[in-house]
Amino acid sequence: MSTRSRLDRRGFLARGLAMAGASLLGGCDSELSDQPWVQRVLASAESLTRVAQRALIPAKALAREYSEAEISKDFKANGSTSVDDDDYRALAANGFADWKLKVDGLVARPLELTLAELRAMPSRTQITRHDCVEGWSCIGKWTGVPLKALLDKAELKSSARYIVFYCADDIAATGDDDGKYYESIGLIDAFHPQTILAYDMNGAALPIAHGAPLRLRVERQLGYKMAKYVMRIEAVDELATIRGGMGGFWEDRGYEWYAGI
Amino acid sequence: MDANTEPTRRSHEIIHRHSGTVRITHWVNVICLLVLLMSGLQIFNAHPALYLGSKSTFADPVMAMRPMKHGNDVYGVTTILGWHIDTTGVFGLAKTAAGGFQIRGFPWSVTLPGHRNLAMGRRWHFFFAWVFVINGLAYLTWSLASGHLARDLTPAARELKHIGASIWEHLRLKFPKGEEAKHYNVLQKLSYLIVALVLLPLMLATGLAMSPGMDAGYPFLLDVFGGRQSARTIHFVAASAIVLFFVVHVVMVLISGVWNNLRSMITGRYVIKYPEAQP
Repeated sequence: MSTRSRLDRRGFLARGLAMAGASLLGGCDSELSDQPWVQRVLASAESLTRVAQRALIPAKALAREYSEAEISKDFKANGSTSVDDDDYRALAANGFADWKLKVDGLVARPLELTLAELRAMPSRTQITRHDCVEGWSCIGKWTGVPLKALLDKAELKSSARYIVFYCADDIAATGDDDGKYYESIGLIDAFHPQTILAYDMNGAALPIAHGAPLRLRVERQLGYKMAKYVMRIEAVDELATIRGGMGGFWEDRGYEWYAGI
Repeated sequence: MDANTEPTRRSHEIIHRHSGTVRITHWVNVICLLVLLMSGLQIFNAHPALYLGSKSTFADPVMAMRPMKHGNDVYGVTTILGWHIDTTGVFGLAKTAAGGFQIRGFPWSVTLPGHRNLAMGRRWHFFFAWVFVINGLAYLTWSLASGHLARDLTPAARELKHIGASIWEHLRLKFPKGEEAKHYNVLQKLSYLIVALVLLPLMLATGLAMSPGMDAGYPFLLDVFGGRQSARTIHFVAASAIVLFFVVHVVMVLISGVWNNLRSMITGRYVIKYPEAQP
């Protein structure tokens, strides 16, 4: 076991060196970055990071919560800031009274819940820091249903390994379904006490720019994991068969699925 | 000690200057730092502004590279602590070959990849961050165990007293010769110690303090650096300090006997010249 991991580490170093050498010799990093084998090798670090962070960070460790005074007055709305879709506009015009969240897939009791029903469930309020993959951070107050409460209510099957969130926004704006935002998380994050589906932000109904009527909060990962405009939640046992197969809109475009750093 | 008592005077001597571990970890580190710097600038370009504290105060950055309008013209402006500097064409605003403008922090030539691609920048950065950490741990473990740190890098009190004289010698580009050249001088020892034990570990620690995962498991990372955005700013400043060290280091290598220095870091062999033995 230990010999094996030592060899892996050496192989990892050797591959890194070979690659850096090639990049210096080539002097043409953009082309190098386009090579599938380079992307594959570089992407191998993601598993190392995920395994290391899972080992180093207790599963229930909480992200820091801040005081009311620290809430950002200029919380940046990134990605989609509205949904260009008639159905969505009709729902929004009516205060999302006709909207329903679907919970299905590998659950014993598929659910359809209105916003009022979600609000009637146990809730959690947390003031947390939102870290964008671009580098900035904002602090906001979120109130919502713990995802665990929803999954317990739907009776998640033991074969489920990932929770997928399907969104209303068509961020790529390509006009086809592939541009629709989606995200996924594993069960460690799904059952984390701070993982909530937020319907309120800073004490008021979640604004459209921030993902009304419902957005995911996964406080120990980067912003792009926190899907906005959530319409449907599906429990699955693998991600490969969904859309681009990498587990999310940005993941299908080269970003890490494990976004803990 | 006394040259007159030596039976025969040698004009030069070849010594084994750098161990295999130092040579290998040195060059691995060179590659890592180059890739980390260039991919780091790619990541910085995704939001080319720095802040202090936990959150981003978008209207009031401590440093930013951005386009600004003045009349009908657009300039690339770098703002540092409230001072605006026109850096059109270099930082904040690049001119394209077609004569147009492009909004960017750092220019093409210093980012990895050269074109805008945050996802690939992150891939490069975190892969080489792991190589850097493994390489650095190997170096530090070996340095402690072998006595390299105590023997070759820790300055004696006597050396520290003469630091002023050493600085003066360096400024006049006079470098130690003969017996004295067999060891690092006090300025080398101090700068290598600061880089190996302060700046490089600081890069790792501030990097980890930017990780929302690590912040949850180890909240002291936030307290030590004064919040995530402060950690990001310190990460940038420490990287700049390493670039400054790199520039001085390379200049010193070039003017204190470039081939001898390079050979010693590749093969380990270093030629010591004894000036007094020359006719």
